[in-house]
Amino acid sequence: MSLDLSLVPDGGLHWLTASGDHSGIVLSSRIRLARNVAGFAFPTRAREGERLRVLHQLRDAAARVPSLRAAAFIRVDECSSQERLLLHERHLVSRELAGLDQPQGMAAGAGAIIVTGDAGLMVNEEDHLRLQVFRSGFDIPGALREAERIDRELGTELPFAWHHEFGFLTACPTNTGTGMRASVLIHLPGLVLTQEIGKVLQGLQHMGLTYRGLYGEGSDVLGNFFQISNQTTLGRGEEELADQLVRVVRRVIEREEEARRVLLRDAGYIIEDKLWRAYGTLRHARNLPADEAMNLLSGVRLAAGLHLISGLSVYTLNKLLIFSQSAHLAHAEGRTLTEGEANLARAKYVRTVLANEARLPG
Amino acid sequence: MICEQCKELEARVHLTQIVENAVTHVHLCERCAAERGIETATPEPKHPLGDFLQAVQQQAAQLPGDAARCAYCGTSLRDFRASGRLGCAHCYGAFEQSLRELLRRVHGSTKHQGWQYETRDPDMLSREQRLHDLKSRLQKAVTEEAFESAAALRDEIRGLE
Repeated sequence: MSLDLSLVPDGGLHWLTASGDHSGIVLSSRIRLARNVAGFAFPTRAREGERLRVLHQLRDAAARVPSLRAAAFIRVDECSSQERLLLHERHLVSRELAGLDQPQGMAAGAGAIIVTGDAGLMVNEEDHLRLQVFRSGFDIPGALREAERIDRELGTELPFAWHHEFGFLTACPTNTGTGMRASVLIHLPGLVLTQEIGKVLQGLQHMGLTYRGLYGEGSDVLGNFFQISNQTTLGRGEEELADQLVRVVRRVIEREEEARRVLLRDAGYIIEDKLWRAYGTLRHARNLPADEAMNLLSGVRLAAGLHLISGLSVYTLNKLLIFSQSAHLAHAEGRTLTEGEANLARAKYVRTVLANEARLPG
Repeated sequence: MICEQCKELEARVHLTQIVENAVTHVHLCERCAAERGIETATPEPKHPLGDFLQAVQQQAAQLPGDAARCAYCGTSLRDFRASGRLGCAHCYGAFEQSLRELLRRVHGSTKHQGWQYETRDPDMLSREQRLHDLKSRLQKAVTEEAFESAAALRDEIRGLE
């Protein structure tokens, strides 16, 4: 099966548009709800036939749900490893669903996604159903409303596994109850450069929140991008958990803004030089490894936020972040690339985009 | 730069200290810094799953009232301890005692306070819930060797299925 992402509305990338609140600092907001279909073993325990049954039931239910009518249905288990990596880089599927840690390939029915606009369903990941709603910028309440609507509509079409005391039942008890993970993808270079980040991250853990890298659980913190999310899912309602995240993230944004002001005030020319050097490298390098690109893009993003470099939109920088990754480069070139080839292709791609975008002051 | 203390690992923690009016610079690897009780700038992310698995491990003994295996999917508490994943919704009934304790430790509560769930077809769900209850009772009866009530429960389950 050849993956055709043009079938997916907006290519599943509407959340990159940098249209929401605080979009210079918060790239995206996400609500994820974990659900299981009553009467079937959870995916890791289920037999192949059970997983396929769940897959078909969910696909049929999604077709009857108004908000998912225009959705594209993709069998992740039938995609090549390159295509699965592409879906993962685009944040449409988790590392686990993409089977990236299973060199022997994926079991049948192990995964599918149903995507429309800002919403996606991952099927047969750790749970039968992982509903995700993305929003550009800082908009947790908007994502929560949309997630609630789709959840209610789907829940009338399918019986969810439910317990009168424990709430929604999930494969891992860390998700039991609401099954909800509310998260923001946030860029905090100011706090990293002023070395305040340790305190801020420790503070998060006291507030019932946790953090991860750009690509979720187990991923490294690269380019000063962090995912901040709620840690517990049981004992408090969805709105309350989401409110708590919003309150704390608002404080983190304030501290990041404050750190940026301090940096400019106390180390103006050092920062300016460092960020222009990052820009210079991206604009002219001929060989660009992925980690280096991520860190340089982080610097240029900060420069744009500080108005040191003008004429660069946050949207372009968001797109560069996703489209400069290996599987996206390979997809654009129409063939698989070795790591060395990808580094050359990345440098060329970034150069071209920045040259087209540049309207630079002297 | 090599760590001053162990002289083996790369020094990643660079401290400027003032001791008796003299400025000293200390360069340590992260392990030696941790040994001296010096906090590094970025704390290790706290993995909820890691804490949770630790809690699972500590829950060594099966609590009274818990079944040895889930009658529906065959998962045992030992399987759960190894993977951190339950096999199906019925496991929540089979291992209710252990899980209630675990949920309290992980979330600080066992009572869902969020959205309530109702299906369009209430019969379908109440049947599910009923089957679930019956199966938990069956397991309990088997554990307690109350074979007569176990037989009655088994017939009732067959009827519903």
